[in-house]
Amino acid sequence: MRKFGWAALIVTAALFAPAHAQDSIKIGWAISKTGPFAAGAGVTTLPNYQVWVKDVNDAGGIKVGDKKLKVEVIEYDDRSNSEEMIKAVERLATQDKVDFILPPWSTGMNLAAAPIFNKLGYPQLAVTANTNQAPELTKRWPNLTFWLGLPSEIVDGIVETFTKLQKEGKISNKVAMIAVGDQFGIELSTATRAGLKKAGFDLVYDKSYPFGTQDMQPVLKDAQAANPDVLLAFSYPPDTFAITDTSKVIGFNPKVFFVGVGTAFPMYKGKFAANAEAVMGIGGSDAALEGIKWYIQHHKEIIGREPDRWASPITYASLQVLQQAIERVGKIDRAAVINEINNGIFDTIIGKVKLDNGLNRNIWAVGQWQGNDFYGIAPVGKQGAKAPIVPKPAW
Amino acid sequence: MTLAFDIVLSGLVLGGMYALIALGLTLQYGIARIMNLSYGEALVAAAFAALYLYTGMAVNPLLGLIVVVPASFAANWLLYQIVLMPLVKRAKNQGMLEVDSILGTFGILFVVQGVMLLTFGGTLQSYSYLSVPVHIFGTTLALNRILALLFALMIGGALYLLLTRTRYGTALRAIAINPDAARLSGIDIRSASALAFAAGGAIVGAGGVLISMFLTFSAAMGVVFTMKALIVVIMGGVGNMLGALIAGLLLGISETAVARLVDPGLTIAVTYALFLSVLLWRPAGLFGRPAR
Repeated sequence: MRKFGWAALIVTAALFAPAHAQDSIKIGWAISKTGPFAAGAGVTTLPNYQVWVKDVNDAGGIKVGDKKLKVEVIEYDDRSNSEEMIKAVERLATQDKVDFILPPWSTGMNLAAAPIFNKLGYPQLAVTANTNQAPELTKRWPNLTFWLGLPSEIVDGIVETFTKLQKEGKISNKVAMIAVGDQFGIELSTATRAGLKKAGFDLVYDKSYPFGTQDMQPVLKDAQAANPDVLLAFSYPPDTFAITDTSKVIGFNPKVFFVGVGTAFPMYKGKFAANAEAVMGIGGSDAALEGIKWYIQHHKEIIGREPDRWASPITYASLQVLQQAIERVGKIDRAAVINEINNGIFDTIIGKVKLDNGLNRNIWAVGQWQGNDFYGIAPVGKQGAKAPIVPKPAW
Repeated sequence: MTLAFDIVLSGLVLGGMYALIALGLTLQYGIARIMNLSYGEALVAAAFAALYLYTGMAVNPLLGLIVVVPASFAANWLLYQIVLMPLVKRAKNQGMLEVDSILGTFGILFVVQGVMLLTFGGTLQSYSYLSVPVHIFGTTLALNRILALLFALMIGGALYLLLTRTRYGTALRAIAINPDAARLSGIDIRSASALAFAAGGAIVGAGGVLISMFLTFSAAMGVVFTMKALIVVIMGGVGNMLGALIAGLLLGISETAVARLVDPGLTIAVTYALFLSVLLWRPAGLFGRPAR
């Protein structure tokens, strides 16, 4: 009798299992909730995953065929460790059998995840990855897409902005450049150095500092002594804040003040208030777009704070693309969804998105704080680009 | 000449911060003999407390010290009595206590970090307080950083006098040098150690509040501070207040000098070069006594 009971249970479970699976769509992610990457993932990536899941479920779910499926989330903490992340992604696919996997945070993590996403056949919308290898990688792995532009595009935007300002007679050709001594800082500063020299700029100060440095006074004193019209820093958030703060204290007032990652964070505006005016940085958004206006307000209501203005809106937009692609395919067919992501045209909060060989081209290279928003100012020709405010008002 | 002044003064201010971070650990490790790996987490917790008091309740960080320092003292005293006391009781010798305390506090590190992550999330935190320029001898420095230096000098100096000029301080030094002999001369090692550990906790509380005025921090950043504190403590000589103070200032000045005169990319290299040469030249630290 007991045996029979178990058997009946298993049979019932087997009968109901497929029916049950269709009630929801399983979406998993492995993200850095602890360790050094937690800060970045906690600003840009995780809040957008949470907002999107809530939005989808509040609207009844993702429409697959004639059914609306609610999103069921499975989340792992990769502890900022790429091996943990890969294990978690494998587990999501093979044990949890999730329908889709959202990408981890950072360039390094996304590059490390690319082979396994490809092997498992899941689309990888690598939003927080910024690498010049992107065009080759998307050719090799069609399931992989990049959303943040290439470092070379950021460099082009910077050189374009400065060249235009110099032609207009608003700045001299003296630039001081500082960069954090890791892959991000070195890659961008090397490319920018070449670009600026070609455009006839004179690098009067050009140094890198070790990762983790928060004492910027020595570097800035020497940069100040070189008397540049432009300070250009490829920095991470803690150093971005320290560079701004110290420049204020020592009264370093170049006409263009450009700092790295973190400038587009609402926290930057919160910390420096009126002093943030006319500070430039990587990224930006077209704050005049209805979608962006709605998104910023909506993010604030759900998460309790505003999103950053570089990768956050794009992260949300990438999730909208994923959802629309699934709905157009009409079934959980990952190969077809990958195809649709690569070829479809999508309506998102950042406007129309149409990937070009797996790369999103709807991006801002340079932004500037103007009033309460961080507006895109380059590429100069892009629709919605604001004219830069130069010189920056003194601190 | 102005450059020299500039380097020395900026270096002192940076070094003051290093010393401030390290003074608490030198008490906890040097006297209570607890190699506290969760030290950095305690520092970050105090920074969070200051942030919460300032942004949530509009209490300025300097007033916040009045709340955070006693709270940190009490928390560390309880931590010692409840979590570390069993380790102290069962330890047959100092080596065993050191190993056990490393393992024990390694666990505490994750608990404290986890609680902070749950409460405040993993994002970076930063606010500005007293970030105003002060002009001294033609050099411009931030007031909040000068305050950190002054506190480090005050705390370091007061502790040095306490340890060398008072009876109780002599007892504490006796424990640091030879716990067995100290016990034989009638010193209550356990209560004195608990007090030293808690006092170290109070100092780390003060350090956390002060550095939060100018550093960006996150719940995951504790280990960075533990590492820096360890270097300073070992360089200065374990348990030696003056040593920690001087080692901290020395690191600050050499980092600033290298950044200005050679290349800012070499600041970390000079830290470790200095650390290495001190250890080669004086294995027990600048002011440490060689073990017999």
